[in-house]
Amino acid sequence: MTSTEKIALEEIAIENVSRRNFLQGMLSASAFVLWAGKSPLLAKAARSGAPFTATGASVSVAGSSVDATAFHPSLFVGIQTDGTVYIVAHRSEMGNGVRTSLPRVLADELDADWTRVKVIQGDGDERYGSQDTDGSHSVREFFDVLREAGATARLMLVRAAAQQWGIPESQCVTDPVHTVADKNSHRKLGYGELAALAAKLPVPKKEELQLKSPQAWRYIGKPAPGFDVPDICSGKPLYGMDVRVEGMLYAAIAHPPVLGGKVKSLDDSAALKVTGVKKTISIDPFTPPHAAQPLGGVAVIADNTWTAFKGRDRLKIEWDNGSHAVYNSTEFKKQLQQTARQPGKVVHSVGDPDAEFAKGVKIVEAEYFAPHLAHASMEPPVAVADVRDSGVTVWSPTQDPQGVQEQVARALGLKKENVVCHVTLLGGAFGRKSLPDYAVEAALLSKKTGKPVKVVWSREDDIKFDYFHSVAAMYLKAALDDKGMPKAWLQRSVFPPIGSTFDPSAVYSGAGEMSLGWNVIPFAVPNFRSENGPATAHVRIGWLRSVANIYHAFAVQSFANELAYAANRDPYEYLLSLIGPARMIDAGQASPMTQKYPYDTGRLRRVAELAAEKANWGKKKFGKGSGMGIAAHRSFLTYVASVVEVEVDDSGAVRIPHVYTAVDTGIVANPEMVRQQFEGAAVFGTSLARTGEITATGGAIDQSNFHDYPVARMNDAPVQVDVHIVESGAPPAGVGEPGVPPIAPAICNAIFAATGKRVRELPLARNGFS
Amino acid sequence: MTHLKVNGVVRSFDGDPEMPLLWYLRDILGLTGTKFGCGMALCGACTVLENGKAIRSCTTQMGKVEGLEITTIEGISARGPHLVQKAWAEANVPQCGYCQPGQIMQAVSLLSSKPKPTDDDIDSVMAGNICRCGTYQRIRAAIKGAAKETA
Repeated sequence: MTSTEKIALEEIAIENVSRRNFLQGMLSASAFVLWAGKSPLLAKAARSGAPFTATGASVSVAGSSVDATAFHPSLFVGIQTDGTVYIVAHRSEMGNGVRTSLPRVLADELDADWTRVKVIQGDGDERYGSQDTDGSHSVREFFDVLREAGATARLMLVRAAAQQWGIPESQCVTDPVHTVADKNSHRKLGYGELAALAAKLPVPKKEELQLKSPQAWRYIGKPAPGFDVPDICSGKPLYGMDVRVEGMLYAAIAHPPVLGGKVKSLDDSAALKVTGVKKTISIDPFTPPHAAQPLGGVAVIADNTWTAFKGRDRLKIEWDNGSHAVYNSTEFKKQLQQTARQPGKVVHSVGDPDAEFAKGVKIVEAEYFAPHLAHASMEPPVAVADVRDSGVTVWSPTQDPQGVQEQVARALGLKKENVVCHVTLLGGAFGRKSLPDYAVEAALLSKKTGKPVKVVWSREDDIKFDYFHSVAAMYLKAALDDKGMPKAWLQRSVFPPIGSTFDPSAVYSGAGEMSLGWNVIPFAVPNFRSENGPATAHVRIGWLRSVANIYHAFAVQSFANELAYAANRDPYEYLLSLIGPARMIDAGQASPMTQKYPYDTGRLRRVAELAAEKANWGKKKFGKGSGMGIAAHRSFLTYVASVVEVEVDDSGAVRIPHVYTAVDTGIVANPEMVRQQFEGAAVFGTSLARTGEITATGGAIDQSNFHDYPVARMNDAPVQVDVHIVESGAPPAGVGEPGVPPIAPAICNAIFAATGKRVRELPLARNGFS
Repeated sequence: MTHLKVNGVVRSFDGDPEMPLLWYLRDILGLTGTKFGCGMALCGACTVLENGKAIRSCTTQMGKVEGLEITTIEGISARGPHLVQKAWAEANVPQCGYCQPGQIMQAVSLLSSKPKPTDDDIDSVMAGNICRCGTYQRIRAAIKGAAKETA
């Protein structure tokens, strides 16, 4: 596309938009969506930045083919005169299914033919509202917004037809799809035929919209396969790792082995002798807090990835390791456990548990421990940046493209408006790709070389220099009545908080981690207190799929199981007794969110009952070394219970023939995606339960690749995961993460049932199991 | 100078003989369907076919590929979806999808040597290919689906 055409295209978009007061009425209810006056979809088309210059088709679906004169009623949708409907996926696709589930919500209200929909990935653009794809809130936050966007476009198409035919709009229907028909005649007009006329109409106000009743939904709640499956299976260049830009150089970076380390001396002579190595470039150490800044180190610039790796291997660097060289996992674990035995900061308190503990009734205490974890997404961090005087373009697998814009701009001293972030598919992320240190590295190196630069992290980089899931020690104590039910419950959790990534002095958790399965529990206990003790971070701490719920659910659901045995009760029946009658749990944080999504123990009970029923709990007979375990946990506003079957042989080898998961996540956009997420979560939970452990010696991470940081493979993953979805009319809740937390405790509870051995420290590999 | 065939096309290479085939395919030929996952033959993301049999391209050096016939995911896709790719779509296997080209190539290799694999056959051959999203049960179902199609 020439520059003249580009200008023309954007001008048309601006003109269209301002004339029709685009969507302002519709989106004003959503404070996070700002409308700044031109269609990002058109702007993207105008940039025409097909990044993949190699063989294979471009993923830039829009390319230059978007017709600017066609119908663009919203940020999220455009209709071509040929009837093609473009829907923007503004959230990141990392296997979470969001490029399928959210566009189908819009397509449903639009009565679009899904086979004529093309999904376009939105660039980083604050007009979309939040694009930070973490915390399992894509559907939750945008379900209503996208329904309204679809309904707006539909109403405008209906009005265009009514106007053309000179009939009232009430006489028009959009069934079958992609067509407006006159109820009283055989007349009909396709959406493509109506696009140009619809584009001239005023955008209706939100009050004019008529959203479908759930009974009329044609896509929402119906299973559909992933939009990108054919391209994925044919190896199309879709991922950050696949981006190739004309004239691009490749970089591998030697990062300081210890957080905050600096280069003391560098000998790059051997590296520079490698054919194809162009130069080495030092990257400054960060100024605390490290946040999303690069770690510093030395970059090797080369003409392909392999040569950059090879050159990096030949660097001779002496490091000044700095203050975090004191970090040793074995000692740190003892410190955390010591802290967990002392009173901590009170997070939430009900009644007087200490008075109950003092009464001399039966007391049960237990300590639990869970190590650091690494994300180990199959695609390591990677980014391409092209820094020019006219602005910066970044291509990256990122969970947060606006974060890329901000952080790259900050590092280069620019405004974020000068940074374009194209979002590729993410080859897994699990929270790692929400912080864009690797994209900032690419931008710094592009600026210094004057060329586009692709930074590729090796698997070793990925595992050693992660934003790690935190190590945690937990202490729990209960006072049981004569029926074995807890009259009092104390729980204390100690871990270096994620807040330390943004404030090095942070040693206590903020509300974030405490709200992830710790401030309150869904059990009917009259006297309760949750506490948090201090811990100092010595590595970068970040978010990993379901975050603090992992260790908190492990502790609470294991302890509940221990109490069942202390009470001589069946663990499932006991769990139901603990959950007690249906009621709303008050976490003391009243907000519109807690009003829309109250913590309903009745829903938790229902998933526990459903999982147990499907697993044939209490009826299925088990031989020696076999058994079942259950755990139930609410996270990201979704209620989940899993029953896990295990078989443990004499050598301690654990096989998991079956996992039964029941989930109540409110209204489901796409049940197929929900099934996939919960199947995958059972495998993810199995990985961390079996072998997930990151340790440090002298501040440096001990693990490096899949041989010493194993993850579940086909032969040690659960053989079969059944996912049972509770029908619900409640507002949609989280899907990507909440399947993970119940898995580890359910496995450990099953192992206790099978062997009588209680696992209080993850992973299983630390307990003689394999 | 090394000579090899990639997806039926004769190629020659006179660069660093230590360069793994993976990076030759990805960075030199631009065939990015074959993925980088670990660099140590631990994860299978880089799986390609050498004369029809699965190999890990990340540890196969260019100095050792003289005369070999390499097929990549692009190669089996050239004439429309392969039977195994169709089975993958049928079972809606992928989540993030990054490992799936490698999984598919491994499955193609498995089915060419064992057209009717048992569960144990599938588990032992596919155990070399990691899927961090955890799509294993669908991979198993897809392989069985493809095996049925070849009946």
